[in-house]
Amino acid sequence: MTEKILTARFEKPDSYRLSSYVEDGGYEALKKALSKTPDEIIDIVKAAGLRGRGGAGFPAGVKWSFVPKESEKPKYLCVNGDEGEPGTFKDRYIMELDPHAIIEGAAIASYAFGAHVAYIYIRGEFKLPIERVENALAEARQAGFLGANILDSGYDLDIWVHPGAGAYVCGEETALIESNEGHRGMPRIKPPFPAIVGLFGGPTVVNNIETLSYVPHIINKGPEWFAAMGPEKNGGTKLFGVSGHVKRPGLYELRMGTPLRKIIYEVCGGMRGDKELKAVIPGGSSTPILTPGEIDVNMDYDSLAKIGTMFGSGAIIVIEEGTCIPRLAARLAKFYAHESCGQCTPCREGVPWIAKILDRVENGMGLPGDLDQVLKICDNIQGKTICPLGDACAMPIRAMIVKFRAEFERHVEEGGCPFGPTPTPWDSES
Amino acid sequence: MSNPASRENGVDGPITINGETVRAIDEIVKRYPVAEAALLPVLHKVQDQLGWLPVSALDWVAKRLGLPKTRVYGVTSFYTMFKRQKPGKHRIEICTNISCSLLGAEHLRDHIAKKLNIKPGETTEDGRITFDEVECLGSCGTAPVMLVDDKFYEKLTPEKVDDVLDKLNKDDLEAGGND
Ligand SMILES: Cc1cc2nc3c(=O)[nH]c(=O)nc-3n(C[C@H](O)[C@H](O)[C@H](O)COP(=O)(O)O)c2cc1C
Ligand code: SF4
Ligand code: FES
Repeated sequence: MTEKILTARFEKPDSYRLSSYVEDGGYEALKKALSKTPDEIIDIVKAAGLRGRGGAGFPAGVKWSFVPKESEKPKYLCVNGDEGEPGTFKDRYIMELDPHAIIEGAAIASYAFGAHVAYIYIRGEFKLPIERVENALAEARQAGFLGANILDSGYDLDIWVHPGAGAYVCGEETALIESNEGHRGMPRIKPPFPAIVGLFGGPTVVNNIETLSYVPHIINKGPEWFAAMGPEKNGGTKLFGVSGHVKRPGLYELRMGTPLRKIIYEVCGGMRGDKELKAVIPGGSSTPILTPGEIDVNMDYDSLAKIGTMFGSGAIIVIEEGTCIPRLAARLAKFYAHESCGQCTPCREGVPWIAKILDRVENGMGLPGDLDQVLKICDNIQGKTICPLGDACAMPIRAMIVKFRAEFERHVEEGGCPFGPTPTPWDSES
Repeated sequence: MSNPASRENGVDGPITINGETVRAIDEIVKRYPVAEAALLPVLHKVQDQLGWLPVSALDWVAKRLGLPKTRVYGVTSFYTMFKRQKPGKHRIEICTNISCSLLGAEHLRDHIAKKLNIKPGETTEDGRITFDEVECLGSCGTAPVMLVDDKFYEKLTPEKVDDVLDKLNKDDLEAGGND
């Protein structure tokens, strides 16, 4: 069940250095890739069924194939290391512990669709990851894995780090492109899609850090090996970040399709203090919440979509009995209100209203009709905005209200929160 | 005094950008087809040196990159990491987003606020510590977490927080002694 591909090198001393990476066969995949044609690479990645690990799950090979072969403007790869979705803490580990895997994957991807410059956009708070990736880039450049005429192939590529500066919306691909151009991170209207008009007006692919890190392994071991590791169309492993009320929270690399129940009760050792499970957010804060009756689901894109939620970034947040769901909803809405870029009215106005109303519900000043009001605002946001940030607030909030409605209503009826302050680990353990 | 940027910021004055920062900036600009694209990394470099971004620093950046000042002000104000107020000597930022709050981050926030006798977003009267409440720091598996002067402190408890606060005090004393 645990399968170490991306995490295999994490525990080695100096895993982030070039010498260690090369000792373990690093950059062999790049060599191999440069001896094939770009189209062959795209076909391999398509056959592997590698889907984007940033949230949307779009097949990487297919995305690369959308980039026009001939282009007057230069093509670019943007590597998404913004990692801002609450609950998500995976890309950070790859950047810190195996940055050369990202660089090798990015180089193979760039070669496949014809980019000669790539930027790795890393959230600004991540000082150590930025330092590790920058050092790794310098090492790779010096060793001739980047720069002009890489490994005598005639192919040139350079890769640079572009630091973010604290804006969740910049994780959205077109906002990331704007931010990479030195602008405010305002998402663009699509179409045109980045594959046609992206960074500096050129065809651009945006891929997540984790997505690209699988690419060298797929080149080395073949697409069949990768595809066989998960359910159909959901190949490979996934870095699952589990947080919240489990005994052993943390980062786990597991096969796609691993049952959620197994992750909670076996991989993570079950619930803290053996309490009852109350709810699970399966894929990061933007994904609709699940009740205990819904956890017999396999963790892959299609199985989660079937039960009305999303795989997202694979960030599993586990919630124990006694937790106040309206309080979580209010906190989440506050987050999205803070992060709205303000471009579209439904999101700019609607999300802060959701936050205000939920805050008053939690604090005992909710009015009859407040919950329906919030659901109505959700309706007015979903599908009516430039980027999916509005939906990313509306969808999980709606699910919380629909699935835990009685709890919200109790807050309104009783004029306060029946749960009391959030219990703390230090009080309950001592 | 009609400049909105200076009204927001209050304190301002002449600045000197040192040679090391200038050299780093010149290197960064080469990585992009247009100078404007270097704005975020350049603002970071200037802020790393000065600790914050007074209007005079923004004007300096605008001139260096050949951009209208308004463009630089507008971009700076979009991003929370760019500090338009002079922060305290040390910065404590505690995450209270969902995974952290499930494990008691709000208690820790209130604990720190009480100890420092300030509210999140404020700086202690002696200008020593700026304290703030922030969104998910991408470290939820080791929640609750906080950033202190860009360093992560994880799996926090009130004892650990007290320890860090004490250390900050001592570091200051030592630095003071060496000055
Ligand atoms: C509001 C918002 C925030 C996002 N944040 C991130 C992020 O931090 N990291 C990421 O890789 N993708 C993020 N995404 C998804 C990206 O838009 C994009 O789908 C992804 O980077 C594509 O890479 P992939 O196909 O390899 O997954 C975000 C999307 C939205 C709407
Ligand atoms: S949905 Fe929100 S974040 Fe996205 S473009 Fe519109 S206002 Fe900005
Ligand atoms: S929720 Fe606090 S670090 Fe992610």
